[in-house]
Amino acid sequence: MQQIISLLMENKPGALMRVTGLLSQRGYNIESLTVARTLDPTLSRMTITVDVEPIMRAQVIKQMNKLINVLQAIDVTDGPAVNRELVLVRVRTAQQNRTAVLKEAEIFQARVVDSTLEGFALEVTGDPERLDEFVDVMGSYGEIEITRSGIVSMSLDNKKLRLSPPVPRGAAIEEALELQGAD
Amino acid sequence: MSSNLLSGAKILLNCLARENVECIFGYPGGVTLPLYDALYDHTIKHVLVRHEENAAFAAQGYARATGKVGVCCATSGPGATNLVTGLVDAMMDSIPIVALTGQVSTKLIGSDAFQEADTFGITRPATKHNFLVKNIADLPQVIHEAFYIAATGRPGPVLVDVTKDVFQAQAHYSPVTEIHLPGYKVYSEGHGGQIRRAAQMIWEAERPFVYAGGGVIAGNASRELVSLVEQIDAPAVCTLMGLGAIPAEHKNFISMPGMHGSYAANMGMTHTDLIIALGVRFDDRVTGRLAAFAPHAKVIHVDVDPAEISKNRAADLPIVGDVKRVLPKLSAELQSLAGEMKAKNAAARQAWWRQIRDWREEHPLTAERSETEIKPQHLMAEIDRLSGGRAIVASDVGQHQMWAAQLVRFNEPRLWINSGGLGSMGFGLPAAIGAQFARPDKLVFAVVGDGGFQMSIPELATIAYYGLPIKIVVMNNGYLGMVRQWQELFYNNRLSQVELSCFPDVEKLAGAYGFTGRTVDDVRELAKALEEAVGDAGPYLLNVKVSPFENVFPMVPAGGAINEMVLRPPQPVEA
Repeated sequence: MQQIISLLMENKPGALMRVTGLLSQRGYNIESLTVARTLDPTLSRMTITVDVEPIMRAQVIKQMNKLINVLQAIDVTDGPAVNRELVLVRVRTAQQNRTAVLKEAEIFQARVVDSTLEGFALEVTGDPERLDEFVDVMGSYGEIEITRSGIVSMSLDNKKLRLSPPVPRGAAIEEALELQGAD
Repeated sequence: MSSNLLSGAKILLNCLARENVECIFGYPGGVTLPLYDALYDHTIKHVLVRHEENAAFAAQGYARATGKVGVCCATSGPGATNLVTGLVDAMMDSIPIVALTGQVSTKLIGSDAFQEADTFGITRPATKHNFLVKNIADLPQVIHEAFYIAATGRPGPVLVDVTKDVFQAQAHYSPVTEIHLPGYKVYSEGHGGQIRRAAQMIWEAERPFVYAGGGVIAGNASRELVSLVEQIDAPAVCTLMGLGAIPAEHKNFISMPGMHGSYAANMGMTHTDLIIALGVRFDDRVTGRLAAFAPHAKVIHVDVDPAEISKNRAADLPIVGDVKRVLPKLSAELQSLAGEMKAKNAAARQAWWRQIRDWREEHPLTAERSETEIKPQHLMAEIDRLSGGRAIVASDVGQHQMWAAQLVRFNEPRLWINSGGLGSMGFGLPAAIGAQFARPDKLVFAVVGDGGFQMSIPELATIAYYGLPIKIVVMNNGYLGMVRQWQELFYNNRLSQVELSCFPDVEKLAGAYGFTGRTVDDVRELAKALEEAVGDAGPYLLNVKVSPFENVFPMVPAGGAINEMVLRPPQPVEA
């Protein structure tokens, strides 16, 4: 099944490689992955869609959380979360279908981003199922090409971000643990 | 130029000194020239091995014998790639090591420069975490982070790749007093409510069974484990990685479970109604066919790594925490409930112990002996006799490893040093080197097969040069024994590429390095030969020719349930 993971991570070199490497190493297939900076430029938010056996879902999250640069990995598959995707569609269509295409675009709240004699380029966002429908509909009007962004997700849960405090160094590791353990 | 400007190489060494590093196992090369120049007059000892893979294994031997972080060092390119097996090995067995590698200068990265390899990319899945340092300002912070990550939580290998220009650059050095890894979570305490529920489950159980592993050794929690086992008077097994966590001679200790575990251990695991799993990962070599594993048992699982909980076997009661901290709390809860609960299942528990004793007597682990040849089991029994449960035994991988695990007693933790998870041949000899440096006071055996020994022969030079009094015992059956065992049993005895017919004359071999070597093939001389080796003040290479076709039993065939053990070699069918 499809699992959607929202990941907050430090913007360190190799961070993306650690996440994708972990997924392939553990045998999970990535369906989509998006990543960009957050308000804090030292952090990135990543949304990953993986194809995984339901029983392994918790394990995927635990493995993600073990990555040193990952501040938080949460499973947003079952919400509460908003999941959105963007798709760009180029449709080549005959002159007589142009009005119909525009009508359909309006129904899906798609925007025309380019218009030529051959057809249109359209942009639409929405939940992935709705985008599938849109792509199907456009396909019925002629030859199409698409680019999809993959899902971006925002959790609506108020899950507290738990960060580890700084650790004194030079002190024995046991002492450091003493401080860390005091949660 | 200000006087407290230091080179990156010196800053690195200062950071190592602050981490109390005593010695580094390494091999120099082009881009680490500045580092080795700084080492020339530094107090940190450098041990020159003969192959980088062995630097990683030796660092592990050091770490396994002490619990301290082991350090190894290699140059860029081939130096770094040679470390990889040792890193993965440390990853599988959760051994804290820090690997330092040189990288080509920052401006050359990506140009396919001489001895350039993408060490950072290659070692990502081979380490708990890794770093590439391209700026001298980051160096001290990174080094301390590396040691902290390696040693805390579930320990593991950390690699720091440092570019040549960073070694050479100059910077003001001020010691790091604090590191901050906001995303690195160390769970140590364990949940109080869960611990209390665990105590209830333990007293409620009729047939409790303690399954202790490498996590108890890594967590230095042997004492806590022993007091728990005594408090609840449960039978206890230690996994291959956990041997020594409970003294082998302890009355509650049953032996090792799993593929080559004892009958009593595997039957106990199959019939228990409560597994108390401590620092273990329900590895396939322990569980056999998972669906048939411990079918009647509830599971209490204590582990410092949350990802191990319910990974292979669902835990009925998970406790995420450090065994060293969780066990005393569990003991306290058990104590407070003992008054009302302890007596409840006393009769059932006595019956359980009777059953365990019966299983033990039915098929004990005993060392077979012969009048005419040296049985490998006999060899292990002799090593056991000389060790008395107190020597360090660094083993390689294969049949000898299993026989040693079955038959050599370990009465303390950190005596049994072996490559458990990855099963890396060539591990034993270099690991013994690391262990002997860590514990000069200890008698150290390197117990190796004739296959693995030949993978690490170059390190005889290291042993000779540093005069390490390691007793190398080659269990020589002329075969890659474990692979041959499987070919015999599962591939119609078609022995494919497992015969090691050419083996060096050890007297000449050891003699060439300047120490004593001897071959023994007469069973009447075995005991004396081993005594002579142990009595020798220096290194000793003892080649023991054992019966070539002996196989390891009991054995759970791959995919079998652990109670379906094959207890002895298949007997020829009478016509």
